[in-house]
Parts: sequence; structure tokens; C-alpha cells
Amino acid sequence: MAAPMRQLVRSVIRLSHRNVNVTAAGVSGRSGCCWGTPSCRCFSDDRSTHFGFETVPEEEKAKRVYKVFENVAQKYDVMNDAMSLGIHRLWKDTLLHVMHPQPGARLLDVAGGTGDIAFRFLEYVRSQQERQKRRATRSMQTPSWQDISNNYSTEDEEGPQESRAVVCDINKEMLKVGKQKADSMGISSGLSWVVGDAEELPFDDDQFDIYTIAFGIRNVTHIDQALQEALRVLKPGGRFMCLEFSKVTNPLLARLYDAYSFQMIPVLGEVIAGDWKSYQYLVESIRKFPDQEEFKHMIEDAGFYCVQYLNFTGGVVALHSGFKL
Amino acid sequence: MWPCVANPFKLLQRHRVLISKAACVQQLHSSSSEFTDSCYDGLYPGHISTTPIQKALLAVGSGVAALQDPYRHDMVAVLGETTGHLALINLRDRMRNDPEGYTILTERPRIRLSTLDLSKMASLPDGTFGREYLRFLDDNHVTPDSRADVKFVDNEELAYVMQRYREVHDLLHTLLGMPTNMLGEVAVKWFEAAQTGLPMCALGAVLGPLRLNASRLQSLLTSLGPWALQNGRQARCVLSIFYERRWEQSLEDLRQELNIEPPPAILSASKKRST
Repeated sequence: MAAPMRQLVRSVIRLSHRNVNVTAAGVSGRSGCCWGTPSCRCFSDDRSTHFGFETVPEEEKAKRVYKVFENVAQKYDVMNDAMSLGIHRLWKDTLLHVMHPQPGARLLDVAGGTGDIAFRFLEYVRSQQERQKRRATRSMQTPSWQDISNNYSTEDEEGPQESRAVVCDINKEMLKVGKQKADSMGISSGLSWVVGDAEELPFDDDQFDIYTIAFGIRNVTHIDQALQEALRVLKPGGRFMCLEFSKVTNPLLARLYDAYSFQMIPVLGEVIAGDWKSYQYLVESIRKFPDQEEFKHMIEDAGFYCVQYLNFTGGVVALHSGFKL
Repeated sequence: MWPCVANPFKLLQRHRVLISKAACVQQLHSSSSEFTDSCYDGLYPGHISTTPIQKALLAVGSGVAALQDPYRHDMVAVLGETTGHLALINLRDRMRNDPEGYTILTERPRIRLSTLDLSKMASLPDGTFGREYLRFLDDNHVTPDSRADVKFVDNEELAYVMQRYREVHDLLHTLLGMPTNMLGEVAVKWFEAAQTGLPMCALGAVLGPLRLNASRLQSLLTSLGPWALQNGRQARCVLSIFYERRWEQSLEDLRQELNIEPPPAILSASKKRST
């Protein structure tokens, strides 16, 4: 759920890009929904966007999102468990099952901060590998001496290293926490940590088999740019997968969910992490994010095919998936 | 109840719009986060508006957190804010009825390193309030700037009273002659509980002794405790004193004016962190 973010240095470059992108890109994610507050300041020349329910200039949003995640990084995982009552683990496990990665796949996890998706990916691929090995040995019931010696010579550690996961996040604090987790879990091979902005990824074209972004894309200032970057870095045939909070369809569940979000979550933030405002921002940003259908269209506009979504927990979370063909 | 809960964020937003329209005040520089830079929220810098449900949840949550980890001063602060409404009103009224207290409520002084003239206070003779306060700060390695800002009190004046209470806490240590170890803190809490009636003080007063060892507990129960309670009851309202103008006053003199007896045993600050 980390926040890919804009760095101050890049804002100048972006200002020049903006004129180029205005006509090209899809529109819906961009404009600030000035939700009614005649704000004290006049943003006539600056483009503005939403930061939770507040309206802010675009550059400021990036800075403020960075600050939010810098503040919450240490307690991020604890808070996730507390807020979702542990259900976020099920969501992420389901993402991996839908993804069904095969050994040798290369994953880019954007806004991957504390590494939840990357760890699960590596574990999944490794267990797949074990299964394949077992299947292979079972099929070789009566091997000849030649076969056995061949097996020993080719049996090296290449397998696990073939699948690589790259965790990319704009926030160094979140990556730091992720690295500490990896160290304590003893995972080192096949994992790298990169600082980068989802709107301008530091990777070449056609690099990855799978691109995931879990609970991060709603914090991006220009969602369409992030989608275009995703398209760029994926190999042809690669899969884009996005796990994000979305609209609950059932009205009763929606009211309960709203009540829980707005009453309980900031309180949890204050008590556990000592930070009310960051969690207030988080629940508000969920409400500002487009719903399932609208986001699906945004993904299609960016150039992905076979876009579909799955709702989890009644629409609290949606998994969107698309292919680069 | 249901409409309130069903659209809590709409209510919050309406509240926020009204506040930002009506009270787009000059934001004072506050030590809390940069979120207060915009006219985002609140009746005062750092204010976060909360519904009654949120306040109840906060009170319970902060209570549990403070009990689990007493060094979480922010949780103790939140507990005080969410449970202290009636006591704060009472305190504010007492201050209003006292001429000096009334001056404080209008002038709103803050005790911070930036507002204290430390060199002048250091040059005061021993036995004056200012000098002893400075000595207390040095001996116990504390600073007046470590107090959390008030966040959850929904009245600007009451929020100031709460803030004043927090800032006066260190001065109370000096007045009562108590160090910042556990025993000293509990003694001050008993005094404050008797004086202010804040539920958080009462809770601290009841639960604090549980962490003391036997000998300190005994000294608390036999001499320090009764002294603190009695003085808490008989003393003048400690929030009504304009301490900033009394640095030159002798400590003994100030104690007499406030009707506080000197402490029964001089606990030196060299007896560091207890239990």
C-alpha cells in the first residue's frame, strides 16, 4: 500500500511533460475533484487534485503522500492487521493464486513498500518449483546411472534465482522496513529493492512478466501515467494486476463499511501509530478513487486487453487484471 | 443515531467547511504536523474534530495503550482530553472567578523554551521560583517543550485550559519539590487529582502505585500521599497563577501564597528512575 511519489526535482520535468500528455492520455484520473470547498487559496494557474477530501495543488499532493507514508512506515504492517482484522492477508494470498506465477517469472511490484506481495510471490514460485521437481522425480522411477549423474550435475541453484522480484517504491522508509523484514525472514536471493516513481519507472521497456500494484495506485497523482508506465515495462504477453480498495455495492454493507472506516480507523491510527491524520487521509483517499467499472475503462484506455476485475469482500477490494498484447 | 453514523464523513465535511469558511484564522506556528498549514480543520491549530463515538473509542483505546506502555505519553494525553470535559469546564470556571486566572484566560501565555528567558532565570538567586524551576529542569533532564499539543477537545478555551494544565505540570513538580521518578510522579498525580478532578489524573493516581516497590509504596501511603491529597484540596487553583510573572518570587513565599505545605521528605533528584 505504499505511495509512489513525485520528487521535487522531477516536478520541473513534469511541468514540461504535462503539455505533451494532456491530449494523449485518458482523462478521468487526472482532474482534481473540487468537492465543494471554496478553498482559502486560489489555484487558478496551478492544476489541483484531491488529497483525501481536501483539494491541493498537484505538486503538494505528492509531497504530502510521501510524508504520510514516511510517518506510518514503522507501524504499517501492524496497522494493516488491525484495520482489516487480518483480512488483507487473504486478499494478497488470493492475488497470488489468481496470478499463478510459474517458475522463471519476473515480477515488478510497484508501491510494494514493505514487500508483502514480493515475499508471497517468491514463496509461491518456490513451492511451484518443489512441486515440479517432485513430479519430475516421480516420473523417473527407475533411472539409469547415466540419468542419475546427469541429474546431479544439472541440479544447481539456478531455479529459484530465475524468478526475480523487484520491489519498487517511491518512499525510502517503506523500503527500509521491507528490507528489514526480508532480512529477518532470511530471504535474500531473487529480490531487489529499487526507489522509483510509478509515473516514471527506472526500468527499460519490455522487462517484466508481471506488474503488480497493491493498494498503491490510489496515492498516485496521475493514475493514467502510472498505467502507461506499466504497459511500457511489461513484456508482450505480460500481465498487469492491481489490487485496490473499491466501491462496495451492497448498500447495507456500504454503510457499515463507511461507519467503520471513518469512526474506527483514524482512532486505531491514533492509538497504535500515534497518527490520526495519516489514517484519515487513507480512508478519504479510498472514497476518491474511481469505482470498478471506471477504473477498468482507464486500464483499457492505457492500452491493456482482456481487462477484468474481481470483487473481494463484497467490493471492499477489487482486483483488476489486464494483458499487454 | 443511524443518520449520524451513516454519513459520518459528510457530517465531518460539512463541519469542516463551516470551520474553514468561518474561522480561517492566522495559523499560529504549531509544533504539530504540517497538515495544519491549510485551513483544513479545527477551532485551533492541531484540533481534530471527532464524533462522540470516536471519542469513546479513543478513550478506551488510549486507556488500554497507556496501561500497556506507561511511557506512551501521547496516549495519556489523549485519555485526558477525551475524558476530561466536565473537569475542564470546572477548571475554567474556577479560573474565571479568580482575577489572576481570568488574566491568564485572556492573555493565553505559553510556557515554552522560546518564551522563557533562561539566562535571566539562571541569574536569579537560589530559592527563587525561577532558579529552582531551572534547577529542576536541569537535574531531571526535562524540557518544557515535550508536552503534546491538545487535539481532541472541541472548545478552544477548554483546549487552552488543558494545554495550560500540561505546561504547569513541571512547575508543580518544582512547587511540590517532587523529582520525576515514579514516586514523585505519583505524588504529583495525587495532588493533581485532588485539585483538578481530571479522570486521567485519578486513573494515574490509582494505577501508578501499582508499579512502585514496597518501600516507596509505604512512603507514599504513609506520608507523601496524604500530604499530596490534603494540599491538593486546600491549595489555590494552580492553573490560576501567572507563573511567568513570578520567577523572582521566593519559592517559600509562593508556596505560602498557594497554601501548599513543604513536602514531608526531600526526595533528591539523584534517586533516579525507580522500580
